[in-house]
Amino acid sequence: MTMPNAGTRGPAPANPGVIAAGQDPVNPLRDPRDRRIPRVAGPCVMVMFGVTGDLARKKLMPALYDLANRGLLPPGFSFVGFARRDWEDEDFAQITYESVKEHARTPFRETVWRQLSEGVRFVPGEFTDDAAFDQLAETVRKLDAERGTGGNYAFYLSIPPKFFPVVVQQLKRSGLSDPGPADASGRTPWRRVVIEKPFGRDLATAKELNDIVDAVFPAHSVFRIDHYLGKETVQNILALRFANSLYEPIWNRNYVDHVQITMSEDIGIGGRAGYYDGIGAARDVIQNHLLQLLALTAMEEPVSFDADSLRQEKEKILSAVRIPADLATGTARGQYSAGWQGGRQVAGYLEEDGIPADSRTETYAAVRLSVDTRRWAHVPFYLRTGKRLTRRMTEIALVFQRAPHLPFAATDTKELGKNMLVIRVQPDEGVTLRFGSKVPGSLMEVRDVNMDFAYGESFTESSPEAYERLILDVLIGDPPLFPRQEEVELSWRILDPIEDFWAENTKPEQYGSGSAGPASADQMMARDGRAWRRL
Amino acid sequence: MTIDLTDTSTGAISAALTEARHRLGGMTLGMVLTLIIVTDEAAQYDAIRAANQAAREHPMRILAVIARKPKADSRLDAEIRVGESAPGETIVLRMYGMLGQHADSVVAPLLVPDVPVVTWWPDNAPEIPAKHPLGALAQRRVTDAAQADDPQEMLAALAAGYQPGDTDFAWTRATPWRSLLAATFDQPHPDLGTGEVAAEEDNPTADLIAAWLADRLAVPVARTVSGGPGITAATFSTELGQIEITRLDGRTATLHWPGRAERMVALHRRDIAELLAEELRRLDPDDVYAETLSHVQEFAAPAAPAAAPTKVTTGLDDE
Repeated sequence: MTMPNAGTRGPAPANPGVIAAGQDPVNPLRDPRDRRIPRVAGPCVMVMFGVTGDLARKKLMPALYDLANRGLLPPGFSFVGFARRDWEDEDFAQITYESVKEHARTPFRETVWRQLSEGVRFVPGEFTDDAAFDQLAETVRKLDAERGTGGNYAFYLSIPPKFFPVVVQQLKRSGLSDPGPADASGRTPWRRVVIEKPFGRDLATAKELNDIVDAVFPAHSVFRIDHYLGKETVQNILALRFANSLYEPIWNRNYVDHVQITMSEDIGIGGRAGYYDGIGAARDVIQNHLLQLLALTAMEEPVSFDADSLRQEKEKILSAVRIPADLATGTARGQYSAGWQGGRQVAGYLEEDGIPADSRTETYAAVRLSVDTRRWAHVPFYLRTGKRLTRRMTEIALVFQRAPHLPFAATDTKELGKNMLVIRVQPDEGVTLRFGSKVPGSLMEVRDVNMDFAYGESFTESSPEAYERLILDVLIGDPPLFPRQEEVELSWRILDPIEDFWAENTKPEQYGSGSAGPASADQMMARDGRAWRRL
Repeated sequence: MTIDLTDTSTGAISAALTEARHRLGGMTLGMVLTLIIVTDEAAQYDAIRAANQAAREHPMRILAVIARKPKADSRLDAEIRVGESAPGETIVLRMYGMLGQHADSVVAPLLVPDVPVVTWWPDNAPEIPAKHPLGALAQRRVTDAAQADDPQEMLAALAAGYQPGDTDFAWTRATPWRSLLAATFDQPHPDLGTGEVAAEEDNPTADLIAAWLADRLAVPVARTVSGGPGITAATFSTELGQIEITRLDGRTATLHWPGRAERMVALHRRDIAELLAEELRRLDPDDVYAETLSHVQEFAAPAAPAAAPTKVTTGLDDE
């Protein structure tokens, strides 16, 4: 992860095989003091499976263009699409062109597009078709020769996990996954594979999935994308905590009363019925995004910001997370019912297309976790996520204890709440500090006010999309922002018992669309003498 | 809203600013710096416009300082613009008479507390920016040698008077080229013999790139003159043939690599607002610029316009 000053640590990578092979031996034109020259990916080809999907069209291809537009892709970068479509290179280039034009973040420039489109290729075929993969292998080797991509390939599997086994096996069979022997200078080309969540639906399936990929690609070349970790605000958690002296002294049980981590969405499941039903909010969001946010919030200071140190600290925290002893009172789940959300009348979950009328899949999940470390003993972490809630927002709120003694009359501080530090992940990225202040006037009256830092207002570089950052990190070979298999498994260890309990004992409680969630979630907080922050 | 104050004082300007903020609903933006623009009537419009664009990424207070009629009686006129096209605040300060010599006394009280100060001369910069009264207020001083009558002389003067925190748009303009060159040599390449940077004659950016390449690559680099626009080529001889980046239209570069197909890379010339935004991204001294600047004179383009370009690099036979 590029943290302030991380660049001055010199080029020595923690995982020699992973860091960009292109920067070894040291390029004399690169100087850690020269902060104007951006990190640029080395020569490579990105092969993408599932190019017809929404994610590819709306996020991945535009992100590639944005990277090219910012000058962060190397000359010769090539992009190969593979799909079951009867397309020529030109047809695929046209599809890419349209997606870029519609969804790219940076302004469209014909010259940048021409640079990118020169390297666009398409290979039609089924995943089971040996000939198609042989043709794919042929295509990328031709690109190596023509465009100097150096035999470095990144495979982006933007496809449902059920296709992983066949695609991964095909990559192996066609020889694509094999980096081959080192060349005369001792340099081995790299192979990297990018996979998206879900990483399984429980511990067993996560392991199964990993075994499939692991059989062909070594662990350090597997990049698991959790796009939340590509967000500036999430990376800013580390800067906030470890670059400042202000917060560390209070970042513990002596001052923190509890922590609330929320990801709420205003939309329903949309067209994702097939995927969502049977998975539910907890597997979809808590297992990956929210537990990662918890880990970053709660972890100890890593000895450095290289991938290993960072992941070790996250794993320590995830392994210290405990679920409530009584799952009936320490968790809540719900299903949205028909109602009004944001001024529109919307259907309930059970009435959505493709959802069985007796579905017990939850669209809202809340859980109280504790972290058994000296720093966090008896500080509950409340995690909640849901669909069709009041509004869309993701935040981490540290709620502090009340001052132990208030030298004011009770009426003076009637409107004084607890101090809070809120890290807003999206939208309106930033940090809010909430504290009491005197209301002007002759009476002593203390009321809560906010001190606000908004990301978009204070920095020159408009923040890149999470996918831009993550794709660039894959191409450079910089792994800190990608969760390791151990983290995935630890997260499932936390969630599996909760899912088992829910499956056997409860039925999701209905909550109105546009509300803040089911009543049982509020009761869960009320039992602890606390309340959720307003959505 | 725009507030015009004639024959005014800094106290009145501050009061007007506070009042304006109040009336606009107490919008107190997190302003991250103060930008002082030292300019004249002719150039102020473009400079302020560029600064306003950069302010979208970097909310700031812009203080445009314009000296007028040095023989008139001393007088300060101010034009305050808030809540208009850009975030932050813009104050145009017109100084008449002797006051023009003491602009720092007007500017100092108007700096935003606790945030960095940057001074920018869009056109005619003093030879030692750090010694200029308005430069002395700033931690970062931005000049543009390309606007000088004799850019090479200007670079030489800047090199002689360099103080940490100085920077020049000629160097900012080099970033896309330098970034592309760095990316090019990220891949394994044959040993380099000599290098060459070709550009229009009056192009201080090309001088700086040549100096930087020679410094970093430790090979002889020649600076030759071409018809432009801007920088047209960077060429390196190797035992396998020439590695060459050419850009003939000022927009798209082509990478020629021995034994490989040509590859295109977009390489735009950027406008002033983009250059300014890059400058404001980092406000600490730019050591690499300082090193490059210190020996840029050795790489200045051959002076005589009539003379044929001195070609040093001819490719294979040049080992």
